[in-house]
Amino acid sequence: MSFDVVAVRRQFPILSEIIDGRPVHYLDNGASAQTPTAVLDAVRAYETTSRANVLRGVHRLAERATEGYEQAREQVARFLGVPPMEIVFTGGCTTAINLVAYSYGSLLKAGDRILLSELEHHSNIVPWQLLRQRSGIELDMIPVTEDGRIDLELLPKLVTPKTKLISLAHVSNVTGALVDVRAVVTAAKSVGAKVMLDGAQRAPHGPLDLPSLGIDFYVFAGHKAYGPNGVGVLWAKPELLEAMPPFHGGGSMIGRVTFDVTTWAPPPRRFEAGTPPIGQAIGLGAACKWMSALDWAGAHAHEMALVQRVMDGLQAIDGAQLFGPASLQNRYPVVSFQLDGVHPHDVAQTLDSFGVAVRAGHHCAQPLMDRFDLDGTTRVSIAPYNDNSDIDALLTGVKHAAKMLR
Amino acid sequence: MTDQLYQDRIVALAKAKAGAGKLASPTKSARRDNPLCGDRVTIDVKLDGQGRIAEIGQQVRGCLLCQASASALASVAVGRDAKGIAEIRHDAERAVGREAGEAHEPFAAFAPVRDHKSRQECVLLPFEALKDALS
Repeated sequence: MSFDVVAVRRQFPILSEIIDGRPVHYLDNGASAQTPTAVLDAVRAYETTSRANVLRGVHRLAERATEGYEQAREQVARFLGVPPMEIVFTGGCTTAINLVAYSYGSLLKAGDRILLSELEHHSNIVPWQLLRQRSGIELDMIPVTEDGRIDLELLPKLVTPKTKLISLAHVSNVTGALVDVRAVVTAAKSVGAKVMLDGAQRAPHGPLDLPSLGIDFYVFAGHKAYGPNGVGVLWAKPELLEAMPPFHGGGSMIGRVTFDVTTWAPPPRRFEAGTPPIGQAIGLGAACKWMSALDWAGAHAHEMALVQRVMDGLQAIDGAQLFGPASLQNRYPVVSFQLDGVHPHDVAQTLDSFGVAVRAGHHCAQPLMDRFDLDGTTRVSIAPYNDNSDIDALLTGVKHAAKMLR
Repeated sequence: MTDQLYQDRIVALAKAKAGAGKLASPTKSARRDNPLCGDRVTIDVKLDGQGRIAEIGQQVRGCLLCQASASALASVAVGRDAKGIAEIRHDAERAVGREAGEAHEPFAAFAPVRDHKSRQECVLLPFEALKDALS
């Protein structure tokens, strides 16, 4: 049976929204995806039937809240194929990376090296630069190929015995390119380095089996994965979580506090100081459950058919240049392009008048923009609820921009 | 509607490219980036003995609004000093609705930006760069 996009769309109330008399064509999923009724219902149920703080309350609402929060941890864990106690809820994907940079980073010493790539989001660059300032580690960078992929042929030269961590985007937020995880892990293991993947752009496209990847850390954001804002996930191997000191101090993350000595709670509590984002985590748990129930073979084929429609349509527009992989192999549904003589912001603003939401600019990947001497790109990022009408509205808008603004 | 934003007058200002390019030997130069959108404006000025702009060169890596604003600014900058530039900035601020009052030409063309708050910085960025160059 083919993928039933109509049935999926019905689950997203915002897709019925009309703005200035036009339906919403939401193609900015890489920035924030929309939220299905299942997630909205879960958050509402928490807020209206279970709202309380977690862990320490003995009253019934606190018990419900704690149960909901821990159930969310189980749902996220199931989505990633790992045990619940290896899941840390954070304030977002950026916070999760900062947590690793701070806590795992504190185990590194001056002269140790961390390997990143040229296409990383700023959130997978700047936390490591801050660590470099704090502790004197060194950063190396894997260049990007002409078609917007991390150039893994250069790995043997860049991975050295001093390399302690390789931290890469699982999927590029600009080009949609999927990194060859096996090649990265093989290179890392040859020198005993750890591997972290930034899954912000991969997690929204279906369940994962993290143990089979052979990696050490994985992070992703709730709001890009059909969940609420203000929550993210860190998964790490248990021995790493156990060895890492806390990131933030406060309630919940302690064993025992005295003015002389404080001991830490075991993971994941050690990394969840203070009141966690309870409703958001419950919403994210519901999002993971929703994703786990979707037909991803069908959804992925549907998404990539839309990518092909975007690419074919753009290639037929005079002056439109695609940026990134030319094929659908080893990529996820992100397409960046430029329109000669028209700034990406002007393309995006014009598209808005057609009801089409896209992202334009540097996409928090300025080193990648520098690599290709670009001001920015216009980015189309697709989710399973998108359909042909979204792509056709996009192409109509781009043609209009090409006609009016050049 | 965006079509109302990209009105002919704004497009015409951008296409006029007044003062576009570098100066061979500027008295001062300044570059301003908008970290949110990545727009970048570089302004070169040659000053006379009284601190007035004798020649101006503007380079924009940015959107149409930023290009149009830099072009409009360059078209009226010659002969003005820092104080004079600060005065005409009020016209741009008025045009986009950040100040009360009527905007004078050429900046009145930016009135449609009033309804697009996220784009107002695009219009004001060239003024920031020129202010730096004159400081």
